[in-house]
Amino acid sequence: MGTELDLILKKYKPGKREDLIPMLQEVQEHIGFLSEEAVVKIGNYLGLSTTKIYGLATFYDRFRFYPAGKIKILVCNGTSCFLNGSQSIINKLKEETGIQPGFTTRDGNFSYEIVSCMGGCQNGPLIKVNGEYHTHISASQLPELLKKLKYVLEND
Amino acid sequence: MLFTIQVNNRKIKAEKGETILSALNRNGIIIPTLCRMKDFTPTGACRMCVVEVEGRDRLVTACSQPVEEWMKIHTHSPRVIQARKTIVELLLSNHPDDCLYCERNLNCELQDLSEELNIRERRIKGRKIKPRLDQSSPAIVRELSKCILCGRCVRVCEEVITANTLDFIKRGRNTHIGTSMDRDFNFSSCIHCGQCLLHCPTGALHEKHNINELQEYLNKTELIKAIQYSPLVTVGLADELGLRYNKDTDRILNAILRKIGFDMVFTMGTGTDVYITEVTNQLISKLENGTDTPLFLSACPAWVKYCEQFLTPWIPRLSNVKSAQQITGVLIKTVVAERHKVKPENIYSVSATPCLAMKFEARRDGMMRKGISDVDAVLTVRELARLIRLYGIDTSNVEPEPADEPLAGRSSSAFLSEVSGGLTEGILRLLHFQLLKKEADKQQFKKIRQAGSFREISMTIDKFTVNAAVIDGLTGIEKYKSAISAGKSYDLVEVMTCPGGCVHGAGLSSSTSRDDIKSRAKLVYQADDSEPVNLPCRSPHLINLYDKILKDDPELSDKKIFFTHFEKRNVLL
Repeated sequence: MGTELDLILKKYKPGKREDLIPMLQEVQEHIGFLSEEAVVKIGNYLGLSTTKIYGLATFYDRFRFYPAGKIKILVCNGTSCFLNGSQSIINKLKEETGIQPGFTTRDGNFSYEIVSCMGGCQNGPLIKVNGEYHTHISASQLPELLKKLKYVLEND
Repeated sequence: MLFTIQVNNRKIKAEKGETILSALNRNGIIIPTLCRMKDFTPTGACRMCVVEVEGRDRLVTACSQPVEEWMKIHTHSPRVIQARKTIVELLLSNHPDDCLYCERNLNCELQDLSEELNIRERRIKGRKIKPRLDQSSPAIVRELSKCILCGRCVRVCEEVITANTLDFIKRGRNTHIGTSMDRDFNFSSCIHCGQCLLHCPTGALHEKHNINELQEYLNKTELIKAIQYSPLVTVGLADELGLRYNKDTDRILNAILRKIGFDMVFTMGTGTDVYITEVTNQLISKLENGTDTPLFLSACPAWVKYCEQFLTPWIPRLSNVKSAQQITGVLIKTVVAERHKVKPENIYSVSATPCLAMKFEARRDGMMRKGISDVDAVLTVRELARLIRLYGIDTSNVEPEPADEPLAGRSSSAFLSEVSGGLTEGILRLLHFQLLKKEADKQQFKKIRQAGSFREISMTIDKFTVNAAVIDGLTGIEKYKSAISAGKSYDLVEVMTCPGGCVHGAGLSSSTSRDDIKSRAKLVYQADDSEPVNLPCRSPHLINLYDKILKDDPELSDKKIFFTHFEKRNVLL
């Protein structure tokens, strides 16, 4: 992981602070999250304090500071999905997984996040499971879906 | 270039390039401000200073808008007053409203503003946040529920202290002030200088109290309660309690402290004299060896932590002499304990200082002897004033008393160390006296008594040429580095974290203005001119300590108790 991080850092000029957001994005894309090690290294590379990097990164919802689950669910909470009942999906997910949005279960299997719009407004409520869209989902379908996903995960 | 603008239907003169606010203030028109800090770049975040400019649809922030010739300004029109009132009401909408129990009660800018704008009811109800109280730091408590997100602490930490410990974390209504990875203060790069709490308009940041603990110990009869206070404490207390400072105030304070219940009262100045003497000895041996590396003074505990974190290659250059507080502390636990035939663990040793980082320093590794800490509790001047008020002592009617032997007196060099550059001056004066057996000309030190974050002095004493640098405020470190890269070299470097030195310490009155700092510094310089003993080696108390007490004690004669060690800290920078 350390070497991968170094390879990413090498693409940028040291001390060029305006590169911070692209760097953070690339690190997150390749490593999956912004580890403490990554934040410290980026800070040293750009001459920024980690507090400033953390402050900036927490401003954006996209950056995460611990690994996402193996199954990553995005729940759309845009206007259309909200009107179609996305809130009940979120509540059901909270109940089923026992975690808050943005967090990961202890076994590292599940994580879910709330996003603003995924552009499938006519198909709401919409969720995206590891890049795959599930349309017109209802809260009652969720337990079975999660069970299925877990089964796939365990037998793969 | 001066031109005329119209304010509230009156004509005033304004200067090209200045902000509306400074033009108004110069002409005696006061408008409320909140996030503004003098000499900092304006942010216009709180919008408290809005004024109405004719021809502009929106209200403009006076602190950031440059004044222009055509402007017709209304500072107190109904629209402006309504806007300001709404802003304060919004700030108060999620405020805990526990002013009666608040640290900053009667001394709070938010309270003042709501009084000034005549807010008499809670019109807007917001969801109150109840974040965890961060008490992890030995010096600073963070109460985020009282934070109004003005950002002053963030700016002072970045622009003055350069530690960059604080920033806005998250966004929108989840925004709060936090450290890296949202850790608690004790795991952060905070150096406990406390400048943030000096700038906090509310009680969101305040010092960690030791009063309750102290009161408990004051009632224990089996313990001996000893207190040491730094020379500046009297000056600060005079401000807080409304006394007039003169040369008797020290002795009045001794009497007050005894009335509170302290068995022994010592002055930290004796410790400062020891510090100056020990560092001068180190400097002499350094000059004789002819080594190139400079000697950094370690008297400022916030600077020491800063060095341990940010400037790790410089750690070996730090002088390993303990600071004045710790020297006095260890002397109380050894020499005084011996003199009164008590065990050191039965002495409860308190220190009163104008410094917040000393609360942290007293808990440092290496600040104890045989498992007994040198100093048990540290009070700021504010806390000491509170303690004196708590015990209902009539300060106007106290007979002066001397402090307890053997740590009863100091030289004026010890007092001088409370201003930035004073320690260097004291050391060079002593060096001069020790090498040439005559006093140095005071005029030579004018250069390090001036303002500026980086000052230097070069003196030829006997066969040595001594180059000393004074870094006044941590922003001066950059200037020091560029001076080094320009080929200069120094023998002695003094660093003070708070700009101005201890007279700007975070333990002093929380409404410290620039004039206050100047007048405190002036008092220090006046004392240096008027007091008879101006060299540590001439102070009878120090002579007694060195030539009798320490020499006769086989355990202490090696003076190991005056030294400590520093090491790299593992924190997120």
